[in-house]
Amino acid sequence: MIARVLLGVGLVFLYLPLLVVMGYSFNASRLVTVWTGFSTQWYGELFADRQILRAAGISFIVAVISASLATVLGTAAGYALARFGPFRGRSIFAGSLAVPLVMPEVITGLALLLLFVAAQSAMPWLPGRGIGTLIVAHASLTTAYVAVIVQARVSGMARDFEDAAADLGARPATVFVHITLPLIAPALVAGWLLAFVLSLDDLVIASFVSGPQSTTLPMVVFSSVRLGVSPKINALATILIALTFLMLAASAALARKRSK
Amino acid sequence: MSTVIRVDGIAKSYGEVRAVDHVSLEVGANECLALLGPSGCGKTTLLRLMAGLETPDAGTIAIDGADMTRTPPYGRPVNMMFQSYALFPHMTVADNVAFGLKQDRLAPSEVEARTKEALAAVELEALGARKPHQLSGGQRQRVALARCIAKRPKALLLDEPMAALDKHLRERTQLELLALRRRLGISFVVVTHDQDEAMTMADRIAVMDKGRILQIDTPRALYERPATQGVARFFGDINLWPSGLVVRPERIALSRASGDMEGVVIDIIYRGTATTYLVQTAELVVRVLRQNTGGDDDAQKGDKVFLSWPADAARMLSA
Repeated sequence: MIARVLLGVGLVFLYLPLLVVMGYSFNASRLVTVWTGFSTQWYGELFADRQILRAAGISFIVAVISASLATVLGTAAGYALARFGPFRGRSIFAGSLAVPLVMPEVITGLALLLLFVAAQSAMPWLPGRGIGTLIVAHASLTTAYVAVIVQARVSGMARDFEDAAADLGARPATVFVHITLPLIAPALVAGWLLAFVLSLDDLVIASFVSGPQSTTLPMVVFSSVRLGVSPKINALATILIALTFLMLAASAALARKRSK
Repeated sequence: MSTVIRVDGIAKSYGEVRAVDHVSLEVGANECLALLGPSGCGKTTLLRLMAGLETPDAGTIAIDGADMTRTPPYGRPVNMMFQSYALFPHMTVADNVAFGLKQDRLAPSEVEARTKEALAAVELEALGARKPHQLSGGQRQRVALARCIAKRPKALLLDEPMAALDKHLRERTQLELLALRRRLGISFVVVTHDQDEAMTMADRIAVMDKGRILQIDTPRALYERPATQGVARFFGDINLWPSGLVVRPERIALSRASGDMEGVVIDIIYRGTATTYLVQTAELVVRVLRQNTGGDDDAQKGDKVFLSWPADAARMLSA
């Protein structure tokens, strides 16, 4: 009984704020705190706002490309950690890979900004800060998450499948492509989804490394909220919350799925 | 008898543990050799060394006359059947069998023909389109077998082939495997911890313990002329005197009239086909096994009896 009450308190603590936002996104009133009736007008206004639509497009492009990049790098790293045995520098590699998981985002963002500025002064032909730097920054953050998921999956998979393939005449590259990759595919999809969501939600790092023409959706939300909360933002938040939950649920389901 | 696999002074350690400790053996053409021993004795490691899945610290392995000590698994003309079978779960039965053939870059028609042939050899032609998880344990084992023999290896390496099968399926499968081997005419190396299985299947058995081979011989020779007490104990019951004298229970005759050694029956265990008598003698409790052929003059508990055995039944063995 006590456990159930505590669970209830915990859930309310976690989700009540989100539910309030979602509820008020259907409020007819312009005043955020006064409920006057049900309406979907703010969703209509949201989809008429070019600035928000443009930011959503940028966020989406950055999330797709950075998640894909992170999946390739993270898979390579996770596979190496799980299968290459105690190679020289393994613990340094594993440790440095995990740093982005615990590093404060402000530090990561600042470090990346300094790196990009320095890189551009050394190589002036590089494009300025924008979508490119956002992609690189987000991939460097999310690669660690993909690597952790892939490493867990590969470690949990018996080596027999890969051994059997080699025994049947397959060279290492063939084994990886035809046996390992299909068997860890759920982990790759789960890692990609997680990386996508992390990139889509990121505000801090994006604030450091984006350029004037590459404002992301969370940046638009944050700056407009500072000028006063518009119910439009509630509508946007509701959509983002729903999207994030869907993708995290899919990611968790896939990560848990075992190959039969 | 020509040699298919020649292992010479092979050694493999994991850290401080000597999994395989300078082992030498030969597998003859068309021979079935069993590697027998308790778990952790190094028999599976030895098998994986033959397959090329482990790299030896020392020694050489030659297959079909060619040195293959450093040859990767995909370059060796032997195939291994894994204890887990390791059927690729994302492929159909037919694709599993065809996988190894495709690696040899055979023509598609050839791949198809040999896949069919291999599945026919294990009587699974009808199940080619199934996925491994839709098969029974026995069927999975046969797919794993078909996947190996489709490659027409010089030798088949089997790691605990019966471990995942029900007990009643085991004996039948052992005999089927033997029949298949005779038909294909290839050598088998079978890893097992079950001495009955080793005796049923193997022409010769290598008894292993702690990474070494204790004795390698035919099943009959191992049973009748074991080299050590350990080997003797591994194959059935023994009576061991403090002096190192070893006599098997079924070689001892029990008589109420006369014999070489005197004792008292302290217990009788009836086992259907045979009866075990526990006889207290001066030095130890001797086990005597007697076939229940009927009409025996049965000794009773508490009876004074005499034991005797033919000279060839007694052996002096070191530990």
